[in-house]
Amino acid sequence: MKNLLLVSYLDIKESIRSKWFYVYSIVFGGLMALFFITGISDSAVMGFTGLSRMLLIFIQVTIIILPIFILITTVKSISADRESNVLEYMLSFPISLKDYYWGKMLGRFLTVFLPVIFALILGVIFGFTKSGDMPWSMIFLYSALLFSMCFVFLGIAFFISTMVKSTDIAIGSAFMIWIFLLAFIDIALIGLMLQGRVGDGFIITSALLNPIEVFRIGAISLFDPELTVIGPVAYYLLDTLGATMLIVYSFVYPIVLGVLFSYFGFIAFKKKDLL
Amino acid sequence: MLVDVKNVTKSFQGTKVLDDVNMQILSGDRVAMMGPNGAGKTTLIRAMLGFYHINSGKILVNGFDPIKQRVKVLEGISFIPQLPPPIKLSLDEMISFISKSSGVPKEAIYEEASKMDLDVKANKHKQFLKLSGGMKQKLLIAIALSKKSSLLVFDEPTANLDPRAREHFYKLLTNLDSSCSTLFITHRLDEIEGLVNRKIYMDLGKIVEDEKI
Ligand SMILES: Nc1ncnc2c1ncn2[C@@H]1O[C@H](COP(=O)(O)OP(=O)(O)OP(=O)(O)O)[C@@H](O)[C@H]1O
Ligand SMILES: [Mg+2]
Repeated sequence: MKNLLLVSYLDIKESIRSKWFYVYSIVFGGLMALFFITGISDSAVMGFTGLSRMLLIFIQVTIIILPIFILITTVKSISADRESNVLEYMLSFPISLKDYYWGKMLGRFLTVFLPVIFALILGVIFGFTKSGDMPWSMIFLYSALLFSMCFVFLGIAFFISTMVKSTDIAIGSAFMIWIFLLAFIDIALIGLMLQGRVGDGFIITSALLNPIEVFRIGAISLFDPELTVIGPVAYYLLDTLGATMLIVYSFVYPIVLGVLFSYFGFIAFKKKDLL
Repeated sequence: MLVDVKNVTKSFQGTKVLDDVNMQILSGDRVAMMGPNGAGKTTLIRAMLGFYHINSGKILVNGFDPIKQRVKVLEGISFIPQLPPPIKLSLDEMISFISKSSGVPKEAIYEEASKMDLDVKANKHKQFLKLSGGMKQKLLIAIALSKKSSLLVFDEPTANLDPRAREHFYKLLTNLDSSCSTLFITHRLDEIEGLVNRKIYMDLGKIVEDEKI
């Protein structure tokens, strides 16, 4: 445990010094700032007002860009250390592979999770001072979704990182996964549905398996399904399963998926040649 | 017996890089390992350090299996890699990692480093990556020597050092505890001649010569 914390502490320090971390923090902090400047929080459109509307937009944008940010920056963590022989040196000290792997994972989790959650808190504080409303359930749900979103993509990234030997291939596969998941969100699914080539069952299943789609549905499930922002698949699921079920599912499923991927990554790390 | 390598075979993509290798290192052995590029020297060392899963055979270091008991094995080994790795941590962070994971007091590392004219404290906040090639190598050597191990494994440790530093380094090694064994990979036997008492020659994944000197 002592070594696990040591590894994560050093990983955090290393991340904080790196360029990607600045870009990452600026993007999410900047996103919030942008919403204030453009006055998104002031307008009342489509039944949302002030802070709620702003948070909804923030989470919608985050759902699209957070996965690729996490995948690209994290997928290199182990594979780049392996390529540059840093791993060879660091692991020549008496530290167990368990401590090293999970320590890296914990460190990475904090570096990707803290900036987005700070951005959310920032938004809440500013939004509150401006409009005075405090949509607690929404703030709570979105924090939980951000948590499980960071977790699942971190798990996938660590899995790729240990499976693949070269950094280029790791980054390439991370990108492919992101594109693939995006291709199967609402917009694309409706096309398939309209064409009638595939059954509804297939569409519903692929929506429920795709973490990005699950987050989209989870993020809007607090609202009335009659709202136009909701896509047809989300509408259907919300209507049949009910909001509570969907909220629980949208938090728990990605966590389970993240645990599985990171665990398989760990097995690969242990069972394959380290260098 | 410190190291016992028995019938070890390791292949990469179907090519045998280690081919039925047998080697024993006893405590007090000072081994110079030589051989042409690609002979399998680094691979053998990495297998001993638990980085590679060997295809067949058995390796024991201090009686422990490098894969199943890697922590036990690595507690007894100091290792200097062939090239200094581009570690992005500052010297201070790197030294705390070593000090905490291996139980080496920080002061011991500073002291070993100063014997080679490297002032670690003055460069504390510099990233390891940004040190000069020779400074990196000196720090790695200081770390390896301050970690009281029963086996020192050096993969061409002096490649980056200027002649003066090299001399210092060899002087440090002559003062090593007599129970401590060393395994040097080198291409220049003449330099370490006085420091070794055994010579192993590898070629094409096999040990072709092993003699006392
Ligand atoms: N991780 C690896 N994957 C695939 N092939 C490898 C790997 N590591 C080493 N090899 C191959 O194994 C052979 C032996 O390499 P090794 O690094 O052990 O040689 P060496 O004796 O240390 O040579 P040098 O004196 O140049 O350092 C080489 O042909 C090398 O290409
Ligand atoms: Mg070598």
